[in-house]
Amino acid sequence: MVLELQKPRPIWQIMFSTHHTDVGLLYTITSLTFFFMGGALALGIRAELFYPGTQIISDSMTFNRMFTVHGTTLIFLFLLPFASAVGNYFVPIMVRYKDMAYPKLNAVAFWMIPPGGALIWLGFADFTWYATPPYSAISAPGPAADMWIFAQKILGVSSILGAINFIVTILKCKHPDLPLSKAPLLAWSFLSSSLIIIVAVPTFAAALVMLLTDRLGVSGFFDPAKGGDPIAYQHLFWFTFHPEVYVLVIPAIGMMYEIIPRFSRKPIFSHGSGIFAFVMLSIVAFSSWAHHMYSTGMSFTEKTVFMIGTLAAVPASAMHVFNFLATMWGGRIKFATPMMWAVGGIALFFSAGAGGVANSAMPFDFITHDTYWVVGHFHLFVMGTIAFGSIGFLYYMFPYITGRMYNEAAGKAHFIMSFVGTVMVFFTQHVLGLYGMPRRVFDYMPLPEYIVMNQIASVGAMIIGASMVIWIINMIYSSAKGKEANMEDPWGLGGKYYFPHQAKNPHH
Amino acid sequence: MSGHSNWPEWVYIGVVICLLAYVGAEAWNVERLVDHAPAEAEIIKVTGQQWFWTFEHADGTKEIGELHVKKGQPYKFEITAKDVNHAFNIHDYVVLQDAVVGRVNTVWFAPEQAGEYTIQCREYCGLLHYNMRATLYVEEN
Repeated sequence: MVLELQKPRPIWQIMFSTHHTDVGLLYTITSLTFFFMGGALALGIRAELFYPGTQIISDSMTFNRMFTVHGTTLIFLFLLPFASAVGNYFVPIMVRYKDMAYPKLNAVAFWMIPPGGALIWLGFADFTWYATPPYSAISAPGPAADMWIFAQKILGVSSILGAINFIVTILKCKHPDLPLSKAPLLAWSFLSSSLIIIVAVPTFAAALVMLLTDRLGVSGFFDPAKGGDPIAYQHLFWFTFHPEVYVLVIPAIGMMYEIIPRFSRKPIFSHGSGIFAFVMLSIVAFSSWAHHMYSTGMSFTEKTVFMIGTLAAVPASAMHVFNFLATMWGGRIKFATPMMWAVGGIALFFSAGAGGVANSAMPFDFITHDTYWVVGHFHLFVMGTIAFGSIGFLYYMFPYITGRMYNEAAGKAHFIMSFVGTVMVFFTQHVLGLYGMPRRVFDYMPLPEYIVMNQIASVGAMIIGASMVIWIINMIYSSAKGKEANMEDPWGLGGKYYFPHQAKNPHH
Repeated sequence: MSGHSNWPEWVYIGVVICLLAYVGAEAWNVERLVDHAPAEAEIIKVTGQQWFWTFEHADGTKEIGELHVKKGQPYKFEITAKDVNHAFNIHDYVVLQDAVVGRVNTVWFAPEQAGEYTIQCREYCGLLHYNMRATLYVEEN
């Protein structure tokens, strides 16, 4: 799986390749590019909110566009493609097949992402990543909204193609000697998240078509004047995007399952409960979508049903956390950079999950809904868990991709700064939400507690930003000039774990 | 699967489920209490539009951008929106309900303390969403 960056190939050979590691490299580079672009917008947003009043962003429309594109970019153009990157590298090797099941389809799925990203960034829409009608149907500026909708269609098709590819690769192409129940948990995570994608994403695809025809004035699905209902869109949207958060988090957990046993020098505590929890999560993911909509005027019975559905997702996540801790228990742990990211990710996963339990309780939801609590809660998931797992895994993949070692001290500095920054930003945002600061606001009331909390959060964001600069310098410098890695055992852990690292599928 | 026993995991999952059942039951009970408006509640019609709030009292008086209510009296808000979705929120009294075009949502509260409170929009509604506020004046009887 070494990409032989030491013996560089011309860029077009990688770009036109259908080999799974090449497509994985393209996914990695694209998703990281969008990570830095979306992160830059986040820093802009935090800088604007440092003081009440107008700071660096000239008007609220620009601000609204910034947070819309920030969210869309980081979810659809960083997290999802990054998971595909890891899947592309590892799934074929883990199921012992020469490539993905459909290599050309794989390349096609990747090449839909850059045009989708271009549409989102060139349009720069302003209706938040929910695109809730009637606002998105009547008020949003024309080309931007249409470009956003079209980009989402493209990205949706791309993720469905990718999901089909993973499912077929795992179920149909795995080596006959490898029973599915013994397949590594990372492969299982891709199987479950791909199944969610296939069930969930078509719903949103339908909603987008309905939204587009509403915008064109030929239908009124979401327009009460024409007999429609704006809440219908929210149901369709959340039926896709509540499960979608599990699509993001399940591969990240799978990545931790790869890192933690290896750096604890112990087998995973329970392979079976890991599989069980993945499957449970992907089923109950669908039972909780309307907990995003308690305040839209639901009946008491509906609210109760969805509260129970939401709470049902918690034990499965708790099983993963237990599995991680039980694996580390009594292990000879080596806190190299990937392990630090994974363990930090677990800690933040636990905090975010605890906040989620509190939030699913109906009365509490009315305090926190659409406040900064929610912003803090889901950012703790996406940054604290998913991005931490992903970044840790990228450090883990680094020697296998480049044949060189990253700088360990810089990696640790990156982790510590990011962890401190994440706690500063997102724990503070929980508190801000309890004080009642609404989300998606360009300006806030100059109350002393708002100002202090926002400033802590903004400073934390700058710390994260600085740590990411260290990261990118480390990655670029080390991939060119880093110490050559011992490919058998880059971290000196001794012994081989689980899957054949030396395996490298030949180019074809 | 492996040689060790899994019982700690099942104990742990049992504890988690008990905890969730407790949280769920407690939340259900509280919500049941706050969901039913008292019969004597006075009705106030609330309309959200870009980017201000309009209030209409039972006697037909209208207010824009401010709302005057009496301390101790329960009020039931009938909330709707004219153009796009908004959310009606009095954070200090944990009043939150979306204002949805074509629907009337209800929520009730009974102010206990005289004073001024902020009413704000909590659902993103465009250019001046951040500034879509009103003031609630709770007056002594």
